Amino acid sequence: MAKVVYEKTRGLTENPLSYCPGCTHGIIHKLIGEVLVELNVLERTIAIAPVGCSVLAYNYFNCDGVQAGHGRAPAVATGIKRTNPDKIVFTYQGDGDLAAIGTAEIVHAAHRGENITVFFVNNAIYGMTGGQMAPTTLIDMKTSTSPAGRQLDGAGMPILVSEMLSQIPSVTYIERVATHDIANLDKTKRAIRKALQNQMDGKGFSMVEILGTCPIGWAKTPADAMDFVKEKMIPYYPLGVYADKGAR
Amino acid sequence: MMSKVLMKGNEAICDAAIRAGCKAFFGYPITPQNEVPEYMTKKLPEAGGVFVQAESETSAINMVYGAAAAGIRVMTSSSSPGIALKQEGISYLVGADLPCVIVSVSRAGPGLGGILPAQSDYFQATRGGGNGDYYLPVYAPFSIQEAMDLVFKAFDVADEYRTPVMVLFDGMLGQMMEPCTPVDKKPGNFDKKWAANGNSDGRAPNAVSSLSLKGEVLEQMNLRRFKTYDDIKAKETMVDNRVTDGDEVAIVAYGTPARIVLNAIEILKEQGIKAGLVRPITLWPFPYADFANLPASVKNVVVCELSMGQMVEDVRLGVNGKLPVHFYGRTGGMIFEPEEIAEQIKKIIGK
Repeated sequence: MAKVVYEKTRGLTENPLSYCPGCTHGIIHKLIGEVLVELNVLERTIAIAPVGCSVLAYNYFNCDGVQAGHGRAPAVATGIKRTNPDKIVFTYQGDGDLAAIGTAEIVHAAHRGENITVFFVNNAIYGMTGGQMAPTTLIDMKTSTSPAGRQLDGAGMPILVSEMLSQIPSVTYIERVATHDIANLDKTKRAIRKALQNQMDGKGFSMVEILGTCPIGWAKTPADAMDFVKEKMIPYYPLGVYADKGAR
Repeated sequence: MMSKVLMKGNEAICDAAIRAGCKAFFGYPITPQNEVPEYMTKKLPEAGGVFVQAESETSAINMVYGAAAAGIRVMTSSSSPGIALKQEGISYLVGADLPCVIVSVSRAGPGLGGILPAQSDYFQATRGGGNGDYYLPVYAPFSIQEAMDLVFKAFDVADEYRTPVMVLFDGMLGQMMEPCTPVDKKPGNFDKKWAANGNSDGRAPNAVSSLSLKGEVLEQMNLRRFKTYDDIKAKETMVDNRVTDGDEVAIVAYGTPARIVLNAIEILKEQGIKAGLVRPITLWPFPYADFANLPASVKNVVVCELSMGQMVEDVRLGVNGKLPVHFYGRTGGMIFEPEEIAEQIKKIIGK
């Protein structure tokens, strides 16, 4: 008998992913699915899918799922978690969803110290709608609604969500991680685990900001997109722990 | 038999909700419904429920969506501009077939308008402002007792048909006190196999969603929902029709204005004019049949609303051209007097 050295996590379903080739949503889904199984919480987890590329995430996570309106996932998560405190509730949100239309919901869920986990995938663009400028789009980055590149004058600087939310007294844990190489994927998985463990321990609001790629929206090959994360995204969005209070 | 209590309308409906098994309330302050969240924050936790004051009406309705998706009996309340903000969430609740109760204590509009009682949100309640093909049952009580009874019923209707249900009344009913008997019934018991609340029992994962990217699938979902609407129309339409053979005028009003109309009818009676009240209790489904089948003695239909005329459109659909349909209304928070309505009726029928 050959020894199994790797197998697909049962934290994900058998449904083929709808994501574009080279996009990092697939690997982020895998890491979350693995952690849900390793923490033995899959059967009591409810995943909240946003409006955006991951709108169908409830088809991929092998647990109960709820689709939320655009930006509203933290409010939906609040409704579920407050009425089901023994369940594990996480939102999986993109930057258009969380950092634009859903800023009120994320800020106030953090302020209330909701005992939920937020996975915030920042790829600096609206992917699903075809590559428009997001609040997180870098200066000079070209998108379909910033064809000359994002300009400070008029569009302002990209929103630093982790830095902003870490100022809120009642947050428990905020870390920014990336997915462009194996070492960073390991760190990402550790952060995902910590953010879910915090919820299991009743510690309060945890968010992991994950720098992802959008090769199609960025008009880059998957490999070039990984380099873009390392060379352009991380200098503006520094990786690291922004809040870690251990308990509320 | 429960003994009578003296309660404010806004508090009475909370009592009914808790008796109906409501376990979560999410709201946001707005006049004239503030007694609802104020009562719920005290009483709901005592009944084992959850209260959260949200950062906005939008968030409140999305918290409702979350709790409803997890299979919890849940309620929110608001007033006109706040209900406008909730419309996005109401459309999602409908799209995901989620039950909940939405209390709308309406005030004068448009815009910020004013806080005085009005009925200018009939369209908002019965036609909605959310996207997509949908309706929701709308109850319009005219007394605090009826408000209690209908809020209790609304939870069962919501669960039975898997739909949001709205209870619409104006600030008059919300703010005044009346003796009423708390509901002494058992709420319905519904097995919510579809709820997203964890599958530790071994069932396949549930997905609660309003999304369907395939046209042929979404069409079937909408057709199925409209079959449910046919059921609701057949079984849940409610009307208080007091028109009898011999009445020459049918006066149509809903909510608290119907009480003013009853006084106007007494004044007319003293002057030898026979008029009867038709009071829709469900605004959707609307009791169209009652207007198609008025006694032959009725020569005129007069609709009285605290608006510029909204329900009058449904009355015209029901009457279908058989009789003249007139309208008399006040707006901006102004309330008509019984004598004022009696004068209008006399003018309309030429007496």
